[in-house]
Amino acid sequence: MYQLLKQIVSVGIKTEAPPQTDEALRVVSQRLKQEILGMFAGSLAIRHVDAGSCNGCELEIHMLNNPYYNIEGLGIKFVASPRHADLLLVTGPVSRNMEEALKRTYDAVPEPKLVVAVGDCGCSGGIFGESYASCGRIANVIAVDVAVPGCPPTPTALMQGILTAISAAGRNHA
Amino acid sequence: MAFESLSPQLTELPGAVPAWRADASAAELPDICQVVKDQGGRLAALWGTDEQDRGEGYALNLVLAKPEGILWLKSALPVDRLQYPDLSPIFYPAQRMQRAARDLLGIDAEAADRRPWLRHAAWQETDRPLRREAAGATVYDQGGNDYAFVSVIGDGVHEIPVGPVHAGTIEPGHFRFSIVGEKVLRLEEHLGYTHKGVDKRFQGMALAEGAKLAGRVSGDSTVAYAWAFSMAAESIAGVTPPERALWLRALMLERERVANHLGDLGYLGNDGGLAFGLAQFMRLKEDVLRLNEKLFGHRYLMDRIVPGGVACDLARGGIEAIVAECGALEREVRLLKDIYDDHPGLQDRFLTCGRLTPNTASKLGVIGLAGRASSQAWDARAQAAPAPYDVLGVRMKTHKNGDVAARVIMRFDEIFESLRLIRAVTERIAPGEIALPLASAPAGRMGLGWIEGWRGESMVALDLDANGSIRSCHAHDPSWQNWPALAFAVNGNIVPDFPLINKSFNLSYSGCDL
Ligand code: SF4
Repeated sequence: MYQLLKQIVSVGIKTEAPPQTDEALRVVSQRLKQEILGMFAGSLAIRHVDAGSCNGCELEIHMLNNPYYNIEGLGIKFVASPRHADLLLVTGPVSRNMEEALKRTYDAVPEPKLVVAVGDCGCSGGIFGESYASCGRIANVIAVDVAVPGCPPTPTALMQGILTAISAAGRNHA
Repeated sequence: MAFESLSPQLTELPGAVPAWRADASAAELPDICQVVKDQGGRLAALWGTDEQDRGEGYALNLVLAKPEGILWLKSALPVDRLQYPDLSPIFYPAQRMQRAARDLLGIDAEAADRRPWLRHAAWQETDRPLRREAAGATVYDQGGNDYAFVSVIGDGVHEIPVGPVHAGTIEPGHFRFSIVGEKVLRLEEHLGYTHKGVDKRFQGMALAEGAKLAGRVSGDSTVAYAWAFSMAAESIAGVTPPERALWLRALMLERERVANHLGDLGYLGNDGGLAFGLAQFMRLKEDVLRLNEKLFGHRYLMDRIVPGGVACDLARGGIEAIVAECGALEREVRLLKDIYDDHPGLQDRFLTCGRLTPNTASKLGVIGLAGRASSQAWDARAQAAPAPYDVLGVRMKTHKNGDVAARVIMRFDEIFESLRLIRAVTERIAPGEIALPLASAPAGRMGLGWIEGWRGESMVALDLDANGSIRSCHAHDPSWQNWPALAFAVNGNIVPDFPLINKSFNLSYSGCDL
């Protein structure tokens, strides 16, 4: 126990400042009202769905919770069920074998909901493209708000994408 | 020579690992497999190819492994006779691979289990998406997806279906638990959800593009796959990469191993109830990734190994930075190991949990890290020892307990061994070229790549057409062999221990769904 406490104290706090939002990542204009976004900020529940990725994107999603990025410190946490989620973080090209499961997961998220597509594969189908086995990008299967390119995108890019999804800028006031 | 006692005519494949090629008729396969098994060998991979472009029908491909090397057997199947003998009574892992080959190509082992494996609803039983006449872009009419799980019947038995979307941030797959109370009687796995048509995708690609795709078969093993692919291409071209490139490859492969083991140790601590472990190990992993980015320009080293060598040299000051990192990691991991070892709560979760006995592991043909934790002494770095591992001399460790604790110990041991290897590389690496061009290879040549990644061996079998682009390519992940073992390891344990046991294996979905 002494060793454990000593290690915690000697390592100290490693968390770095979060990135700014980036409007270039937005796919459709913000659909949610300021008041709702205000509630998401500081308490956002994310459900991750791997719709057919190579698992590279998952590695970086895991890193969001390490002490450097500490995404929970921003009030953003990963939850075990889509029914508890505000935002779906989806990786992959969507494999045809996951198409149905992705749609069902999307339907299980209560409104109002947001979707962030992750990685070159999530944005465009990537190196796997569209084929007998792959539906390509996430937007081919469910509505996407923000898409974060990269192979895989860095944790900073992922945070930026998530923060952009819950920011009011880019909202269509029409 | 490893396979000289076999009847078929063997051709030696040039390259980094001892490898041979032979043709055999389908009828001969059971005898050949039995002989290899009796000599201590095993099945490394099994898949099908369409040879119609050469007017030869189809083929069943097998790679058999012995510690001294590997043998690629090709067995022609004429269009009017697509059946071959079921090899799973000899090699257990053949089961799912045979089912996958049937789903994609229609070649059939006539095994008792007629259920599909990779085919869910995306195509129908009569469709053969991997055949050459099938365009890659074809979208088939949806088939049904009612998979016939084996049901366990008895007083108080019930089922828990889990997935394909799991509760944590992991890949998709379906697990069907049959339980009594909290005890698992049977676990049945249904995978294939991330099938992306990789074998089809490879066809027609140039080598450079193929290396990228190979590096995305399983993203956590990108270095291993890119190396295996490059090794196969270099075997065909008859090129040996420059010495510096080989040292850099070993450096990258060991860094990949260290990064993955650090992450796993963090999650294993967390699943065992010690969140402190996750925070500490993930911090160390992040440090390794950041140094990767700084020195090689990519956190996971994707696309850094290319056919002919490596794509980038070590940035200035790289060696010093790596040596300093080794020292820091060694110190920190030893300290954390002491904390894990002395933590009664954690050890209580680890010890005897998810036990895979050496006997079962051997029957199932388990390999890689999970195999070594159950006395299965296979490590392609130590045995086939492709350069520069022939000089480095990997000290393979095994453990006989086969429980979660053993798989944790293996990870600690392998981190320390990797740090030793990394230091050895930094002492020996000398300035020089980092890549050679691959001369256009003679048409109709085939090459194998075989390297021990952090999870186990990654294998790539490559066949080029007359223009030097890919005629067919198949990547094999060790998870094929190890998934069935997870189901055995879970039996008799309680459901809440499944996440911990699963994590201790940490198998790839994408790598074998392909
Ligand atoms: S974007 Fe890259 S890392 Fe992510 S799933 Fe696609 S290939 Fe893998």
